[in-house]
Parts: sequence; C-alpha cells; structure tokens
Amino acid sequence: MARLILAIETSCDDTCAAVLDGGRILANVISSQAAAHAGFGGVVPEVAARHHLELAAPVVEAALGEAGVTLDEVEAVAVTAGPGLIGALLVGVSTAKAIAAARRLPLIPVDHLQGHVAANFLEPEPLEPPFLCLVASGGHTLLAAVRDHSGHEILGQTLDDAAGEAFDKSARLLGLGYPGGPLIQKEAEKGDPEAFEMPVAMQRDPGLDFSFSGLKTALVYRCRELGPEGVEERRADLAASFQKAVVDQLVAKLKRGLKQGRWEAVALGGGVAANGPLREAVARVCEREGVRLKLVPISLCTDNAAMIGSAARWSETVAYPDYLGFDAFATGERMAA
Amino acid sequence: METRSAAQTEAAGAALAAEISPGDLVIVSGEVGAGKTTLIRGAARALGVVEPVTSPTFTIGRRYAGGRLPISHLDLYRLEDMEGEDPALLDDYLGPDGVAFVEWPAAGAERLGRPALEVRLAHAGEERRTIEVVD
Repeated sequence: MARLILAIETSCDDTCAAVLDGGRILANVISSQAAAHAGFGGVVPEVAARHHLELAAPVVEAALGEAGVTLDEVEAVAVTAGPGLIGALLVGVSTAKAIAAARRLPLIPVDHLQGHVAANFLEPEPLEPPFLCLVASGGHTLLAAVRDHSGHEILGQTLDDAAGEAFDKSARLLGLGYPGGPLIQKEAEKGDPEAFEMPVAMQRDPGLDFSFSGLKTALVYRCRELGPEGVEERRADLAASFQKAVVDQLVAKLKRGLKQGRWEAVALGGGVAANGPLREAVARVCEREGVRLKLVPISLCTDNAAMIGSAARWSETVAYPDYLGFDAFATGERMAA
Repeated sequence: METRSAAQTEAAGAALAAEISPGDLVIVSGEVGAGKTTLIRGAARALGVVEPVTSPTFTIGRRYAGGRLPISHLDLYRLEDMEGEDPALLDDYLGPDGVAFVEWPAAGAERLGRPALEVRLAHAGEERRTIEVVD
C-alpha cells in the first residue's frame, strides 16, 4: 500500500487535489467553482471542463505545496475515474496519467461513490467497517452496506432524481438560486415545515430505494396554485415543507436499513450530508437505536480529493505503463461493469 | 394521448421503443416534473435496460450499455448554448449504433441534428399527463 498518495478529483463542479500520508490528510485543496456557475442555475459542463483544465495544474501544485511534499516523494497517483460527465472526468484522468507517467508511478483509478464512503476512513478517528452509509449528493442517492475498506454494496438507491438534484430544482422553482441545498436550508429556517403537505414517497415501499421526483412535481403544483406572488409570500414555508419531506424520506430509509441489518455504526456522505436538519434527524435516530454515528466534516462530505486518496488505499493499483490506454467512464457505467 | 399515472407514462415510453431504430435521436420535451425521465425509463426498459434509469440532470449525460442497443440519456438544461464550447462535447453520447434521448435539447440543437421523433409531455393535473408524439 502506497503511503504518500496524490489524489485528483474532477467529476463535477470542483477541481480538487489532495495529498495523503496513509489516512492522514496533508493537504485537501478544493477550488470551488460554485460561484462561476451561479449565473447558469447549475453545472455548465464545458465551463466546468474548461475550468478544470485551467485549474488542474495550479490546484495540484497548491496541494503539494501545502503538504510540503515534492513529486519525488509521491508514491502513487489516484484519480476519480467515474461516474460523472465524461468531458470533466477526462481532465482529471489526463492530468493524473501525465503526472504518474512522467515519474513512472502507479495510477489508482477510483470510483467516486466509493470515495464518499472512504471519507469515513480518514484520520482523525477513522471509522472501521462494518457500517451503514447514506450517500446523498447532486448526482447520487444511495444506502450502502460497507463491510470492508475496498468496496460497498448498494442496498437502495434513487429510482429517479438524486436528493441534491431535488434541492437544486426546488430552489430554482422557489427562485432561490444555486446551489439549492444551503439556500433551501437557510430559507426553511424562517418557515413552517408543516405548512404544506408533501407526498411521503416510498414510505409504504418495503425496500430501501428512494424517489424524489414526486416531491418535485408536488412543489410545481403548489407553486402554480399559489402564483408568483403567493410563492414570494410563502417561500419560507414551501422551502421548510419541502426540506422536511426530503429529510423524512432519507431518515425513514436509513431507519429501515438499520432494522434490516445488525449495524453498529452509521455514516453520512455527499453534499446533502451538509444539511443541518438531516444531520440532526440522523443523530436522533442513531441515539435512539444505540448506534454510533460518524459525521465527517462538511468539507469531506462535498466532493473532494482526500476521499479519493482514501479510497485509493484499498483500490487496485495499475502499474506504469499499463494505464496509458486507460480512459474515464461515465455516469451510468460503474467501474465493475 | 393522456396518461393517469407514472406507470402509464412509463408504459407509453415502452410503446414508443418499438418505433426506435439504431442511430435515432429522440427529443423529449416538457416542463419540470412533466415525466420526461419517466417516459425515457419506460423506453429504456423496453429496450432491455435493467439498471435504474435516473435523472441525468446533474451530470448532463448517462449511458446505458446493458440493453439491446447502447442508450444515452442527455439533459442539456444547464447548457446555455454550444457557442464557443468544444463541439465534441456531446459526441461521447451520440453514435450511429445507439439511441439518444435528449431532454431540454435547445442548447445542443445544431450539434444534435434532426430528431427521428419528438415527444411532448405536459401536466394535466396531479398524476395526469398529456403525451404528444411528433414524427
């Protein structure tokens, strides 16, 4: 197992680079592009790809500088191979390949979702498997069984929209802007979560899958009924009611997952794990069930390269030059496929 | 045509799949929550895709390789326009052997070419949707 790992992540908004010494983070640089995208109501892929291209080298240099490490000391280069937008992933993969090949270092391709799981293996207080992990972000929502360091089993996942996407689309419907999660949470603080009845999707479904599409549609209809002025007036109530419905569903499935297995620990990951009411609700469930809850810092919930480096420690290493023909794969195609 | 539930909208997508040939581009339009992804899921299922068919909004594109032919599902909502963009941006998702379903196609209109089919979905109250297919 390589000790000193340089990790690169470019699967979506952020250009990220990190340096790890074992499970210890020496540097974790995130060049947030959220501001650049605010005017577009979301991620603009070629803007993203172009930004990744411009930022990849400076972000890697910043990470090495912050870590006080030179490339001569790096033992392996890890990179997110997917899933994600192909154009964006390729920038990270090409950068990682170039750095690794120049030094004849091994390359470690990493599954982005395993990265979110592996954020929990980082110091301080790394969480040891087994545990139940809820990952909810803009592109993914899943409940995973983590039985060892090297992978996870998907117990349930969204059948339509991801939780973070539901936040983004609802924020847009409510005229709150992007990114939706923090803006809805802020608006919801002023509102009544019981003001509007939202469909409790999947509540009767015995499985562990999620669905957020019906919630989005319900909000569309509430907004239509209220009209622009009504939405303006009731925005905080709409935000609070919507947020409660998302949190309730995530928590209900987590509880069901806890009942179905003998889990002693729970972890959260993905950008939605930064949501305050979700963290509080999960904490209450874990306390009631007598289960340990691991909450990594918010900077390790949202996309970052430290989690990619962490996953790389237990992922398959590809020796030089076997990775030169290696390509990125896209959302919808898992690495195992 | 009018459907009364998401399941019926999915079935309408499955029926649509019978009219699809390799290389086809299918535009699926409609407001947020109109059932675009639901209809495309039905078509993908009918074409042999077994894995979850979920919204591609966040990453712009998803590809499904498990069916009878390669399927791409694109959502160009977040693309302002293609001017000044890498013209090959969408090429990873288009090809003569597969079928591409595209939501919010406006930004990529020039690059995408002429659609084989266009499906227009609209809200008709709660679960109901109207579906119009244009050749």
